[in-house]
Amino acid sequence: MSDLVMEKAAGEARPAAEQPTAGRRMAAYWPFVLPAVIVVGSVIVFPWVFTIWMSLHEWKIGGASSFVGLANYLRLTTDPRFGEAVVHTLVYTVLAVILPLVLGTLAALVFHARFPARGFLRGLFVMPMMATPVAIALVWTMMFHPELGVLNYLLSLVGIPPQLWVFHPVTVIPSLVLVETWQWTPLVMLILLGGLAAIPTEPYESALIDGAGRWQMFRYITLPMLAPFLMVAAIIRTIDALKSFDIIYAITQGGPGTASETINLYLYSVAFAYYDVGYGSAIAVVFFTLVVGLSVLLLYLRQRTKWTEAGAAI
Amino acid sequence: MMLRTLLQRAGLAFAVLVLVSPAVLFFVWMLSLSLKYEVDNAAYPPILIPETFAWKNYLDVLESNRFPQFFLNSIVVTGAATLLGLLVGVPAGYGIARMKATKSAIVVLIARMTPGLSYLIPLFLLFQWLGLMGTLWPQIIIHLVITVPIVIWIMIGYFETTPLELEEAAVIDGATRWQVFRHVALPIAKPGVTVAFILAVIFSWNNFVFGIVLAGRETRTLPVAVYNMISFEQLSWGPLAAAALIVTLPVLLLTVFAQRQIVAGLTAGAVKGG
Repeated sequence: MSDLVMEKAAGEARPAAEQPTAGRRMAAYWPFVLPAVIVVGSVIVFPWVFTIWMSLHEWKIGGASSFVGLANYLRLTTDPRFGEAVVHTLVYTVLAVILPLVLGTLAALVFHARFPARGFLRGLFVMPMMATPVAIALVWTMMFHPELGVLNYLLSLVGIPPQLWVFHPVTVIPSLVLVETWQWTPLVMLILLGGLAAIPTEPYESALIDGAGRWQMFRYITLPMLAPFLMVAAIIRTIDALKSFDIIYAITQGGPGTASETINLYLYSVAFAYYDVGYGSAIAVVFFTLVVGLSVLLLYLRQRTKWTEAGAAI
Repeated sequence: MMLRTLLQRAGLAFAVLVLVSPAVLFFVWMLSLSLKYEVDNAAYPPILIPETFAWKNYLDVLESNRFPQFFLNSIVVTGAATLLGLLVGVPAGYGIARMKATKSAIVVLIARMTPGLSYLIPLFLLFQWLGLMGTLWPQIIIHLVITVPIVIWIMIGYFETTPLELEEAAVIDGATRWQVFRHVALPIAKPGVTVAFILAVIFSWNNFVFGIVLAGRETRTLPVAVYNMISFEQLSWGPLAAAALIVTLPVLLLTVFAQRQIVAGLTAGAVKGG
């Protein structure tokens, strides 16, 4: 089912089965859609358009605005803080996609097996991703505390020296990724669990007859069949990791210094701490383009994995 | 042979234990922090179960800091945004599914990709211009950005799979489109409405970023109130952890009791707001 997400977007290729009465039938359903069109138009589409409009202006909250063309975008190219934010965002995203993907795959393989109280245990496993991010962040902040935090105590039990976690520029991003991984591995697991359920048993049976080992079966049957689901999980994770805000803002606010300031956090500062909404809008536009661009790239890769998967199945 | 299956079972049990423990231990530790006095929270090595429980932490939170007010704000914002989202989104999902206009769902998909902050700048200016700041309306309206796409997305999926024959029969019997929707399609798609409702509630309740910009002193929702406790009002861990637990408890309970619907909804749409 998770395929629907992208199938709908990629549905362009599917020709709609037009019937003679299709036009009249369509018209009959417009009243159902109209309220949503108005709401989506005003709270979703209007902000998109207005953001582009603002990004072409020198515009401070409470001050006058003047048209400056692409000046805000040019300013981005020479803004070192923005450049750093891009690097932080990419490092954070790469780590926060790969780790949940690997752990989520392992978790899905385990939860695919049948064992007592499986539903209940899966419910426990899923809790982190439904919990309120700010509440979670607050407790992690306490756990990261260098003197009083429980994490350094746990490290001391296995003989590892205490760390500064989110209080040191080098370890801050990995520490935040730890929280993000803890929180979002369950979503990857759920998507892949759906994928595992969809794999037929025949290939495994014939592989067993051919004397294949467990690893071989995983490598040559499970993994290729799971590839489309892995891609969906990767796309969703990429979007969410790029957009990550609550956890980072609540734990470090981009600190120490600006060591964990991602594009989203910088955008927040520019727009709502410096009230420079013109420049903030330009950042929002570039950021939006980055998110959509990366998603489309992954979608394209997904089409290819689908193709090779189909090839392998034949 | 017996030994081998026994070993395999032990291995599986161990794997499950390793997977579940980070989540369980985290929430156990959260509970422990919230029930300890300052002395116990500052102890080294850390104490899991204190000798005396600090129930006072919860009382402190509930009695001070206008917490009940913020709780009410959260209920109003999430409740209103979810109801409006259902009111607008369920018929829309039906219309889109019947018009076979699923391509239009790409708007929903792009909305899913858009960073929440990009909605905030223009809507913030709009709300200021309309003079709505200081009321709960800005937050209710902006939470529609979360709830409407979730509802539309999930409902398209449900209405696409419901059988058309019944609806066609009703049309032949002379029912209007609205009657068909209300009395034939909607009852069948009820499980979908439940899923959409639960997910909309959770993601609206959890939202933080809209609140930090749009909420004033009187209009804070719970996540914003808890965040403000860290920065200004509270420095001791016990009451802070208690507050965090109160904020997230409704969602955790919903997760435990409606686990199947949540799993169905998330794997179907994987739509998350904000």
